[in-house]
Amino acid sequence: MCGIVGLFLKDKALEPHLGQLLTDMLITMTDRGPDSAGIAIYSGAGEGRAKITVQSTNPTHDFKDLDEDLKNAIGPPVLMLEKDTHAVLEVPLDQLDAARSALAHLRPGLKVMSAGESIEIFKEVGLPRDVAARFGLAKMHGTHGIGHTRMATESAVTTMGAHPFSTGSDQCLVHNGSLSNHNSVRRDLKRAGMTFETENDTEVAAAFISHKLNEGSTLGNAMGATLTDLDGFFTFVVGTRNGFGVVRDPIACKPAVMAETDQYVAFGSEYRAMVGLPGIETARIWEPEPATVYFWER
Amino acid sequence: MQTFDLEAMGLRALNATLHGLKGQTNQTAWEIVNPKGAHAIAAGVDAPVDITVRGSTGYYCAGMNKLATIRVKGSAGPGVAENMMSGTVIVDGDASQYAGATGRGGLLVIKGNASSRCGISMKGIDIVVHGNIGHMSCFMAQTGNMVVLGDAGDALGDSLYEARLFVRGSVKSLGADCVEKELRPEHIALLTDLLKRGEAEGKAKPSEFKRYGSARKLYTFNVDNAAAY
Repeated sequence: MCGIVGLFLKDKALEPHLGQLLTDMLITMTDRGPDSAGIAIYSGAGEGRAKITVQSTNPTHDFKDLDEDLKNAIGPPVLMLEKDTHAVLEVPLDQLDAARSALAHLRPGLKVMSAGESIEIFKEVGLPRDVAARFGLAKMHGTHGIGHTRMATESAVTTMGAHPFSTGSDQCLVHNGSLSNHNSVRRDLKRAGMTFETENDTEVAAAFISHKLNEGSTLGNAMGATLTDLDGFFTFVVGTRNGFGVVRDPIACKPAVMAETDQYVAFGSEYRAMVGLPGIETARIWEPEPATVYFWER
Repeated sequence: MQTFDLEAMGLRALNATLHGLKGQTNQTAWEIVNPKGAHAIAAGVDAPVDITVRGSTGYYCAGMNKLATIRVKGSAGPGVAENMMSGTVIVDGDASQYAGATGRGGLLVIKGNASSRCGISMKGIDIVVHGNIGHMSCFMAQTGNMVVLGDAGDALGDSLYEARLFVRGSVKSLGADCVEKELRPEHIALLTDLLKRGEAEGKAKPSEFKRYGSARKLYTFNVDNAAAY
């Protein structure tokens, strides 16, 4: 069991409240996943800028002068915002790859949680309420976001085993369920050049979709391919820089509820995750069909 | 009318109060406000009372219901009226997966659509769905009646025993050992009664339904059927 929440805003007026709305949804899903929690939030960056979210088990050491060191390596401007065990580094978009390479040398212990023009990912072990407070999730703004509360099944309860997983620029995926053929799919993807941080099944699903997108698939087609190539139980919620998608396996035993109004599209593992959303009383509410891809793009 | 604010009073207090109603009681009408998708609302009630839930519910609403009439003025989460013994449960909106699962008796009415596995392993319950039902509905259903005014999804009635299934719309596919059967006068009479009690009178005519039942080929293991198990 795990809990998933997601919110894709259509109304700009709600963007300052995205973090608060998602935090409330996430905490409501604590019963479904008290082991760890995470959130991917799409909040954009300045024109020509990109963001890298990094995580450290020793932030006082790793984050000390990190912005200065990175600036010396790739050139200015580099901005850094520390949030507990994570830090968001803002760099010139054309220096994104250079920055990632430099980080690997400057601070080999750092883990890259996400990179791209809009995405930031924060995840840690612990109760969702505590994780949200550590990162100040409620104060974050953005256009869309996805959260996950984890009850671990396939791999250990660690920071890197928490969701969301990001395996491509501005991409992320969260999962409720378990995959049974992830080892063989991981081998195929490794041969195709994808890299993996964990032994986790969900990371394979994320990398599978990233690989399809790299090959030129649309988001819809990449998500649809999970239905034929991945074996197991899944409800996936996927985020891209400008998109938000949902797909469930054909058996569809992992719950999913969606709500749509003029202001947003929302996802919850259960309806109760969405009861605090504005206008939920009159929203169109439905259960996504099995083996059917849903996605919204701006 | 007794009004119970679930948000203010909490689920344990609600269900303890409802479980305290035994046999004849003067508190026969209950209203539950602020359900907000909570789980196990009015599960295990065992008294002839009327309960109205003003909003949508989470898992297992009205589970194991005995004698009570429970109406959900919203949609219901997974397992509504699971293992109901008797009484009536009416959902004004949609129902999530395995509505009425393993139900032993009583009547479950869903005025919207029901999701997958509706009536799975039903054992005597009657279920009337005004809309559609999802895949694997009535899997291993043993007795009772399923009436669907809309369409049925994949694998309807897979490994069916003696439950009777009536579908007015299309059936995407029939499960193993489920076959269409003749609609006889006694089934018309049964449908007339169930449509009336299921608040669907005037929405559909009994003659518009097709009946599905067990071909009775999978009751006992037969090696020739191995591929179908």
